[in-house]
Amino acid sequence: MTQEALFAGFGGQGVLSMGQILAYAGMIEGKEVCWMPSYGPEMRGGTANCITIVSDSSISSPIISMYDTVVALNQPSVDKFESRVKKGGNLIYDSANILNPPTRTDINIIPVQGSEEAIKLQNTKVLNMVMLGAFLKKTNCVAVENIHKALEKVFERYQKLIPLNIKALEVGMSYVK
Amino acid sequence: MGEIKLMKGNEALAEAMIRAGCDAYFGYPITPQSEVLEYLSKDATQRTGMVVLQAESEVAAINMIYGAAGSGRRVMTTSSSPGISLMQEGLSYIASAELPCVLANVVRGGPGLGTIQPSQADYFQAVKGGGHGDYRLIVLAPSSVQEMVDFVRLSFDLAEKYRNPVMILADGAIGQMMEKVELFDQMPRKTEFPDWATTGKPKDKERRYITSLHIQPEKMEEINKHLQAKYKQIEDAEVRYEAFNLEDAEYILTGYGLGARICRKAMDILREKGYKVGLIRPITLFPFPKKVYESVAGKVKGILDVEMNAGQMVEDVKLSVCGKTRVEYYGRMGGMIPSPEEIVENFEKLFIKGEA
Repeated sequence: MTQEALFAGFGGQGVLSMGQILAYAGMIEGKEVCWMPSYGPEMRGGTANCITIVSDSSISSPIISMYDTVVALNQPSVDKFESRVKKGGNLIYDSANILNPPTRTDINIIPVQGSEEAIKLQNTKVLNMVMLGAFLKKTNCVAVENIHKALEKVFERYQKLIPLNIKALEVGMSYVK
Repeated sequence: MGEIKLMKGNEALAEAMIRAGCDAYFGYPITPQSEVLEYLSKDATQRTGMVVLQAESEVAAINMIYGAAGSGRRVMTTSSSPGISLMQEGLSYIASAELPCVLANVVRGGPGLGTIQPSQADYFQAVKGGGHGDYRLIVLAPSSVQEMVDFVRLSFDLAEKYRNPVMILADGAIGQMMEKVELFDQMPRKTEFPDWATTGKPKDKERRYITSLHIQPEKMEEINKHLQAKYKQIEDAEVRYEAFNLEDAEYILTGYGLGARICRKAMDILREKGYKVGLIRPITLFPFPKKVYESVAGKVKGILDVEMNAGQMVEDVKLSVCGKTRVEYYGRMGGMIPSPEEIVENFEKLFIKGEA
């Protein structure tokens, strides 16, 4: 199985970290992984995104134009990437932060009140983990315990942040039936 | 099995440099390869005692490489397109003086200052000369983060075997993306140096002298003949490439580095559509894998060369097939990357629907 995902939002929302944590978890699980960030002028104050591919077999192109799943954290990302979801794929978006929701009917559209849930958790920085939780539940592309292991790696020096991030993942997962 | 890590291409290259027992790195930061110097600055010197130095410019860096290579040490520099242009004079001197060293060019879009996005527009510069005079670099084109690791060690070996500069020609995407890599174990730094190295003259030894200046044309021609013989030897012994599905192929996609990865996906899509498509990926750009193209020339209906430039390697593909097969080019420029779907569309337009 191969999951070709795109994470997009404003610079600073943690979209690059989301993709990276997923890539770490995939590697821990013994899968092939590739993480390709957008880098360059658009990252300063503008939009940032990264492609993360997790696969059971070797990954050919790290650059793709259609995705199995898009996770969008802001309006420009929904507008730009709605059309890039493969038919039957998933578009997961932060519905607490978006005025014009996606309209396609040939894909699974999953609204998650990400920003609102992050405020409830008293740390707006965990928005990305709420969204990643929904992504994991929907795609089953890596086991949650491997995401936990990846968090231990990423938060090497900040272990005290891990429980909050795990809580945020769980909140996100509850949005997917 | 070696240590497995998730690493960025630039970091993996730097880690491989440390582990390959590199004695000295001289460089100057430039996007998209700045992580190399950043990574080495962390603890490379503490780990192996290697020299890590940020030079005042790329011109200084390449001349420091010239000097350190002359002492027989393992030396390396990295940069991106505009910085590599600044290094061309020094590189010509190093090639003429036959000193081993390794360079990596993490290519960005040009010409000029251009963009910081990935590109392959420095193929001509790397493969056909770049600097002045009849010289060649051995050029390796990695297409994964793993190859950023493997090719560092290979490059040092080739550089020392042939006393020739070796260039790793990557691109911004290979430098910036993260993949799983298997690292080789730490190798010791060299303690013995070759008999040409200028390491200080004791009374009982002959004077050793490294120069690229030979004012007598007869002497300079002899040196040129020697260099050409060496390049011929490299062409005979060091060709590397990867090929997929050549057995039943009616068409061939070809590209190197990141372009080859994108072509692999395009090949899979085209095969699903029922076209018998194969793929040739040159790993060494010099020496160019002419023979594998020769072997399909006249047998396949067409070759589509895909590059992130205006069509540079396509000239070498055409020279290799010598008019026996139709060769077309498709590419993007200035830091844009073709998608697999774009390649499929252009393949069908050129070869199936017959529009030229």
